[in-house]
Amino acid sequence: MLKVKDLKVNYGGIEAVKGISFEVPEKSIVTLIGANGAGKSTTLRSIVSLVKPASGTIEFMGENITGKDTNEIVAKGITLVPEGRKIFPDLTVLENLKIGAYMRKDNLTDDLNWVYDLFPRLKERHWQPGGTLSGGEQQMLAVARALMSRPKLIMMDEPSLGLAPLIVKGIFDIIKEINRQGVTILLIEQNANMALRTADVGYVMETGSITMTGTGAELLVNEQVRAAYLGK
Amino acid sequence: MDFINKNLPYLLAGISVGGQYALIAIGYTMVYGILRLINFAHGDIFMVAALVTVYATTTMPLYVSIPLTLIVTVVLGLAVERVAYKPLRNAPRMSVMISAIGVSYLLQNLALYVTGGLAQTYPAIPFISDTIQIGSATTKMVTVVTPILTIILVFALMQLINHTKIGMGMRAAANDFETSRLMGIKVDNVISMTFLIGSLLAAIGSVLYFTNYASVVPTSGAMPGLKAFVAAVFGGIGSIPGAVIGAFIIGICENIIKGLGWTTFSDAFTFALLIVILIVKPTGLFGEGATDKV
Repeated sequence: MLKVKDLKVNYGGIEAVKGISFEVPEKSIVTLIGANGAGKSTTLRSIVSLVKPASGTIEFMGENITGKDTNEIVAKGITLVPEGRKIFPDLTVLENLKIGAYMRKDNLTDDLNWVYDLFPRLKERHWQPGGTLSGGEQQMLAVARALMSRPKLIMMDEPSLGLAPLIVKGIFDIIKEINRQGVTILLIEQNANMALRTADVGYVMETGSITMTGTGAELLVNEQVRAAYLGK
Repeated sequence: MDFINKNLPYLLAGISVGGQYALIAIGYTMVYGILRLINFAHGDIFMVAALVTVYATTTMPLYVSIPLTLIVTVVLGLAVERVAYKPLRNAPRMSVMISAIGVSYLLQNLALYVTGGLAQTYPAIPFISDTIQIGSATTKMVTVVTPILTIILVFALMQLINHTKIGMGMRAAANDFETSRLMGIKVDNVISMTFLIGSLLAAIGSVLYFTNYASVVPTSGAMPGLKAFVAAVFGGIGSIPGAVIGAFIIGICENIIKGLGWTTFSDAFTFALLIVILIVKPTGLFGEGATDKV
């Protein structure tokens, strides 16, 4: 579904991504794991064209989308749940959800009911400004907002960052549920343990390059991965 | 009663000029809200609007020249944004501000060239130039029309911002450009919309404002522009209700001061107020917190 080939991205004067290639098959969960500064976020940001790649191609459903405008890419069905959630603090929860569907012109009732089913908490709080929610609720809102665009591929940048373990588990349960409903997921995480348990395929990124790949289960038992990312 | 009778003309003038400042101040505050830019050219766009009215009315009937003024002003506002600000979207904020100052002087000097430095007589616009009697005060119809029209326009604008899709996009973009782009919002269109609204209101403001004056000169926009800017800061720059309330307060205070016989100090009062606000409450009456956009 998504094919990234020889992607190079310069960011702040350094080569943040040094020619990586990977694929996200349809209806799968793929994860990129790696330490802070490995280039994971930059990779996702260049897929939605928030940063322009220096070279390489990004193909989505057979179409080259490299360097296209962000709103065009979003319209094709890719969405990014950004790092730090980035919900709109002054907009209400309901407005945050509606803005997720900004490009759509059809009726939103079904989708609102869908995300309210996934996150009943958001329904209770639909009138509150987004900024008054707790960290976990904001993460739910960020995921729900992304779903409102009816994406084919959701990319998530560190959804577990700064959340309590119980809430992290809830978020990963939701990720699996969304995937079961047919949405493809590309996940980047420092919480390698949770990410690999959830993912079908994993890639390990180190200082701008992909150094290892395998199924989630394979990487979970790999000695090097265990030593470097799982603390065992 | 005697005091009221004596000061009524000044109070009315204050409310009226306050409304005119408000229409200009909205342009400052909205542009700041979304771009964090103080659009120094805004007062000069207001002046150009007046010149367009002057020239248009010499050859065209009023029902053509007023809409033409509004259209030309909006096009000018959009063009300034496209040419002078948009290419600097990722530049430091100081660069954009200097570009704005450049546009301001460019417009003034173009106006100087076009007018040949001669004051252009502002036409008398029927109805709003008519003289009316309110209590003890003799004034023009525009004194009554301005506050009413201002309130209607502000109400309509608040509806647009709070209850329409483009308004939601504007509020989102004011929060965060990048995340707005992720939502599929075309941020450049939202910014253009902001300049469109600001220029349109400034053009309407110019028709009302210059009805009280005999003529237009290239620097005519500078003083009302600055006053409106002070009003926007007073109300809390970025906030539309704040700018409107600030503008009315400044308009009324200035004229009451004139009524007390201190006409010479009425401008000084406005700018002294600016200094006091910046020291005592830099975020203004309704301003957002001190958190800077990162």
